[in-house]
Amino acid sequence: MLLSDTRYRSLTFQGIALLLLIVAIAYLSSNLIRNLEAAGLNISYEFLGNPSGYDINQTLIPYDSQSPHMRAAWVGILNTLLVSFLACATATIFGVVAGVLRLSNNWLISKLMAVYVEIFRNIPVLIWIIIIFTIMTAVLPGARSYLGEDPEAKMLLGMFAFTNRGIYVPAPIWGPGSMVVVVVFLASVVGVFAYRRYATKLLYATGKLLPTGWPSLLILIVPTVLMFFIMGRPITLDMPDPLANRFNLRGGLQIGAPLIALWFALAIYTGAFIAENVRAGIQAISRGQSEAAASLGLRPGRIMNLVILPQALRIIIPPLISNYLNITKNSSLAIAVGYADITATLGGITLNQTGRAIECVLLMMLFYLTISLAISAVMNVYNNSVKLKER
Amino acid sequence: MSDAHAHSIAFVRMETLPESPPPARQTGMPKWLRDNLFSGWANTLLTLVGIWAIYTILSGVLPWILNGVWNASSLTECREILAGQTGACFAVLKDRWHQLLFGFQYPSELYWRPILAFFMMLVAIAPVLFFDLPRKLLIFTALFPFIAYYLIWGGPLATPLVALAGCAAAYVVFDRYGKESFAAGFLGGVAVALVVWIIGGIVVGMVASETPWMTAVPSRDLGGFMLNMMLGVTCVSLSIPLGIVLALGRQSDMPLIKGICVVFIEFIRGVPLITLLFVASVMLAYFFPPDSTVDLFLRVVIMITMFSSAYIAEVIRGGLAALPKGQYEAADSLGLDYPQAMRLIILPQALKISIPGIVNVAVGLFKDTTLVSVISMFDLIGMIRGPILASTEWNGVYWELLGFAACLFFVVCYGISQYSQWLERRLATDHR
Repeated sequence: MLLSDTRYRSLTFQGIALLLLIVAIAYLSSNLIRNLEAAGLNISYEFLGNPSGYDINQTLIPYDSQSPHMRAAWVGILNTLLVSFLACATATIFGVVAGVLRLSNNWLISKLMAVYVEIFRNIPVLIWIIIIFTIMTAVLPGARSYLGEDPEAKMLLGMFAFTNRGIYVPAPIWGPGSMVVVVVFLASVVGVFAYRRYATKLLYATGKLLPTGWPSLLILIVPTVLMFFIMGRPITLDMPDPLANRFNLRGGLQIGAPLIALWFALAIYTGAFIAENVRAGIQAISRGQSEAAASLGLRPGRIMNLVILPQALRIIIPPLISNYLNITKNSSLAIAVGYADITATLGGITLNQTGRAIECVLLMMLFYLTISLAISAVMNVYNNSVKLKER
Repeated sequence: MSDAHAHSIAFVRMETLPESPPPARQTGMPKWLRDNLFSGWANTLLTLVGIWAIYTILSGVLPWILNGVWNASSLTECREILAGQTGACFAVLKDRWHQLLFGFQYPSELYWRPILAFFMMLVAIAPVLFFDLPRKLLIFTALFPFIAYYLIWGGPLATPLVALAGCAAAYVVFDRYGKESFAAGFLGGVAVALVVWIIGGIVVGMVASETPWMTAVPSRDLGGFMLNMMLGVTCVSLSIPLGIVLALGRQSDMPLIKGICVVFIEFIRGVPLITLLFVASVMLAYFFPPDSTVDLFLRVVIMITMFSSAYIAEVIRGGLAALPKGQYEAADSLGLDYPQAMRLIILPQALKISIPGIVNVAVGLFKDTTLVSVISMFDLIGMIRGPILASTEWNGVYWELLGFAACLFFVVCYGISQYSQWLERRLATDHR
């Protein structure tokens, strides 16, 4: 019989599975076609070229209500990437600080960090987003209280205004010649790496130890500052001006309240998870490693840099990257506070205006899937490169 | 000892000194404080910063909580009672607790039904969580889904009875034939269950005209924290078996089955839950037969179950991969076939390894049930942001409500993670 003969059993099962799959797909798609016919709809992506007819208040690329839906989707994609990037960077800082402090000898601090981790891990991120959004919109003063000759609220350092519509920060103005300064800065970043490489090479070749700390700082700062003044200070700051307008702050860069709520909520929430990963990674390195390093005569700083961290990073980085992935996926909660990410533009307003549910949801999934697969590919490459090479 | 040497030593003690107590700063409280809080200038600075942080938080929050108003009918009344002092307006919780827990549409005279179902759930879940309890209790656990369905939704008694009869018939068939051939028992069970359900459906359709004992409550009337609990419990319990099947499929050496499982798992894990909920709310209805009406609750349960089963499958795959190869080979050498080897040797060990991971997924899923508020279902968050904050009486009571929601979720999630740690210690059989 086909089921009991080991030569054919696997083929039989796969045949049954294939049959079931085909039947299921045929059933679902016939339902889909009949439903679409009944509703008088069809699958088409032409709507993406039509004018969107809605405004988005925070965009990275030029956009207005006459732009096509496709443009709105691009605005959403860039906004998703922006908030994910900001939240990943901040969450890493929070997580590493909290994870290291949790291992501190200081009883009070390690307990405080444990409380931070438990509180933030066990409460849904949606609640955190809403809480921070509420702090922004309900507690901070309106923009009007910063206006006038004698405002009720003072701007921090005369530059930062915290209002219920968002935070106003100075915006850089790139004057003519500013590109030269930027290029010089990038070149000096490369220069720092080159110098450090040279120092390591010299150390291995001759045993001569060059200082790396202050020369790096010099290489980084001096040429850029010199070029800045040589070019006649091409980069200036555009300050939020309390006197320019009677109703709202004018000038500067406005970071909207939804972006800040999403950014910080994702950062503190995921930071708690990263803190646990960092703690686990450091604790997983056996004590013998640091004792062996100490018995070789290494100083504590070097033990951390040369022995503990390289091994701990191998354990910390894979979950860290999957946390980045989680941040990117959780950034879709933007729709709860009205931040215009891809879920809010394509999956929210565009979907409701055009009624193209299937197309919009599919495009949205495709975008997130691409990001996820890209990040996992990076993770696999990393994992292979740091895999323990034994046997 | 020479004479000369004896003279060079002025004094030799002949008896030991009595032990003296350690110096005051080397024992007890002072030593602990020095070691743990003030061992160096950096540590002292950290301690001071910590104390400052605690003081700032407590001085802000404590007066607010202690000064809270519990009896008022609106925010304006609260403010009058407080007369300008800081204080919380907890009256909103007292006034709206039933809406927070059950949603705003569940009939208030029927609240005893979900409450009863909740306590029965505690009883039903106990033998699953604690192995020391008598195994006979598992019978109640098996009956619980049907009882809970009847209690929460009401309607004709025949519906859950037919469902139960189908499951019971399937179990009988599986018990009878599953010993010889797992596949025959399983397929036979499914077939018998389908037959019973179809016949039962026809019978119920004929007798459904009678007025039911329990008033029927439509799914869209469910809400509040009850909705979060129901989604969490239902989806986790459905997704564990599905996750096991997916994990085994992904480990399988049949390329087609492996391919299907890999694509499903990677697809689900690659998209955010919100997009899946969008599928449930706007897209899934297109895939059902045109005349059927599948309500939103069921569609959401389907999508969340798919979501969590993909994550659970990955956790279980980790457990399967962690088992030494010798276990698989030992099962083969005993002459066990695949279902037997899996059921008796592999899965018990693999599942034990994956318990912490499964609990993590369950906690994450329970937190994620709040996302249904985005597709305008009125769960706890949906209730707070929708009907309660929009009402004229309580417009502006943010912190009390959000704090309450945060506390509820914290208690449940922290409790589950503590249970998981206890279980891990309990199951640790490797004597390390």
